[in-house]
Amino acid sequence: MFTVLNQTLLCLCFPVSHSQITRLYSRFHSLDKGENGALSREDFQRIPELAINPLGDRIINAFFPEGEDQVNFRGFMRTLAHFRPVEDNEKNKDPTSGEPLNSRANKLLFAFRLYDLDRDDKISRDELLQVLRMMVGVNISDEQLGSIADRTIQEADTNGDMSISFSEFTKVLEKVDVEQKMSIRFLH
Amino acid sequence: MGPFMSPFNNLLCMLLGISFTVWFTLLLVFIIVPAIFGVSFGIRRLYMKTLLKVFEWATMRMERGAKEKNHLLYKPCSLNSIIAKESTSLEEELKDIRRNCSSPELDDSFDMSDAFYFCRRGIESIVDDEVTKCFTAEELESWNLLTRSNYNFNHISSRLTVLWGLGVVIRYGFLLPLRLTLAITGVGLLVVLTAMIGFLPNGRMKNFLSEKVHLMCYRICVRALTAIITYHHSENKPKNGGICVANHTSPIDVIILASDGCYAMVGQIHGGLMGLIQRSMVKACPHIWFERSEVKDRHLVAKRLSDHVKDKSKLPILIFPEGTCINNTSVMMFKKGSFEIGSTVYPVAIKYDPRFGEAFWNSSQFGMMNYLLRMMSSWAIVCSVWYLPPMIRQEGEDAMQFANRVKAAIARQGGLVDLLWDGGLKRGKVKDTFKEEQQKLYSKILVGTQEVRSRS
Repeated sequence: MFTVLNQTLLCLCFPVSHSQITRLYSRFHSLDKGENGALSREDFQRIPELAINPLGDRIINAFFPEGEDQVNFRGFMRTLAHFRPVEDNEKNKDPTSGEPLNSRANKLLFAFRLYDLDRDDKISRDELLQVLRMMVGVNISDEQLGSIADRTIQEADTNGDMSISFSEFTKVLEKVDVEQKMSIRFLH
Repeated sequence: MGPFMSPFNNLLCMLLGISFTVWFTLLLVFIIVPAIFGVSFGIRRLYMKTLLKVFEWATMRMERGAKEKNHLLYKPCSLNSIIAKESTSLEEELKDIRRNCSSPELDDSFDMSDAFYFCRRGIESIVDDEVTKCFTAEELESWNLLTRSNYNFNHISSRLTVLWGLGVVIRYGFLLPLRLTLAITGVGLLVVLTAMIGFLPNGRMKNFLSEKVHLMCYRICVRALTAIITYHHSENKPKNGGICVANHTSPIDVIILASDGCYAMVGQIHGGLMGLIQRSMVKACPHIWFERSEVKDRHLVAKRLSDHVKDKSKLPILIFPEGTCINNTSVMMFKKGSFEIGSTVYPVAIKYDPRFGEAFWNSSQFGMMNYLLRMMSSWAIVCSVWYLPPMIRQEGEDAMQFANRVKAAIARQGGLVDLLWDGGLKRGKVKDTFKEEQQKLYSKILVGTQEVRSRS
């Protein structure tokens, strides 16, 4: 059962080891309370540490493609693949095979999508405010939050459209060690 | 047909009669009489050692089989995590992320990269979190010939299958009926004898007899589960007027503790067989049973408990402060009710060895009857019980801190992970206040402590 899964996933260019897939499959299975081979949003909400994470809902949303309510194991792995650390030998990979999911650009895209609520490839002032509100709760006033949002957009916006595009987002974060901060290390 | 069958019938009846008699005599001599006197022949320990050798052999065979086919065996990670989690705080992380940015100071500035921290923590908790794995049975390093705990089905050779088949026959054909007989004997004796003792006038004789009867019946029940228990530090056994607290893994915990000492049980009155047992037990010695409606009333519960401990002639109370069954790899939050009463607390740590049979009761997965059936068809229940030195609430310590101190001591002794999460998360959602705490923490970093404090 696991070997078949392994082969399917290797075709999708997830460079994960056999034991990692097995372990993640076991984890997927334990989260899947309905035992129907797919996870729903409620299944994710059942993880207490995720439920108390201020950006918990946005992270859960990242697993579900547009308009869908269920994510299967393949989709689960696909999203998690963004968080594999970037290894040195991968940097020398054949460029024609396409950019791996855990490249710097794709990690930044993942983070960009956390802010971009309506998936229109732009972070508007409104969207930024909403995400900020998620992160701070009731502890900061609307005015102060508004000024923080304005300042952020002002610093990032280079083409004057009062919203942040993905290239502007990338430019602002060019000095940040994205590879390390958006990676999780697997043991064995 | 009649005259031909008749001598055969007689022979059959005679054989059945003899085998029953032999069966019961063996039962009596080897199991029930030692239970009454509290001695042991050591048969169970020998059985345990033999089983361990068989399991090791079985795992070796599976590994060999896997190697031949060039596969990797699925190895559980037991107490280690799947991923390496960094335990840096929010502040440290944010400073680190912004290190190379134009405004490395944290006051009153927001950076788009702040989301990275929450994002990574969120994904880490999706891959591996502390809480959800406490509510499922622990995975085993080596296979113990029970189908229910095997993850490497495709690596079983034919020899192993034969061994497994033999195991099934022994467990279901021999051990299960034996254990059922013992269980029925034990429970039956408990109900009948305690009811009889109930007729005696209150006094030393009644207490003495009640103690003996309870111990005897619990010991028979222990043998009904083939429980092999090792008690450590018996000098710290709970005394009258105290409260005994222990970590909770299954309803069997009660039997394990009560077969070594006498306790006053606390619980809700059930219907059916359970209720019958409860009602007869309380005739012989004062247990604390609550009606369903009274359970919610915390003051009433506290009052009854404290009345009980004030009376030094009454037995120590046995309480499981976690409130629900946890899978014996960790200890979850202790409810502070029992720690507010102000009497001496005797902590007890119970650790099961999962190789012989998984004792954890996953109540969402199977009900009580199914659970008991699984218990009785496992190889054995092996556990260690440690009696820890008594603890008293210190000056300036509130009930919650005292509870955490006791919990830490139990976790340390039993080799369990000490968690702050509530066992109630098994069924319920986590409280919003925890999320609000996280938000508050981040807000403080964003705009400084003063602003946030004035607002909340």
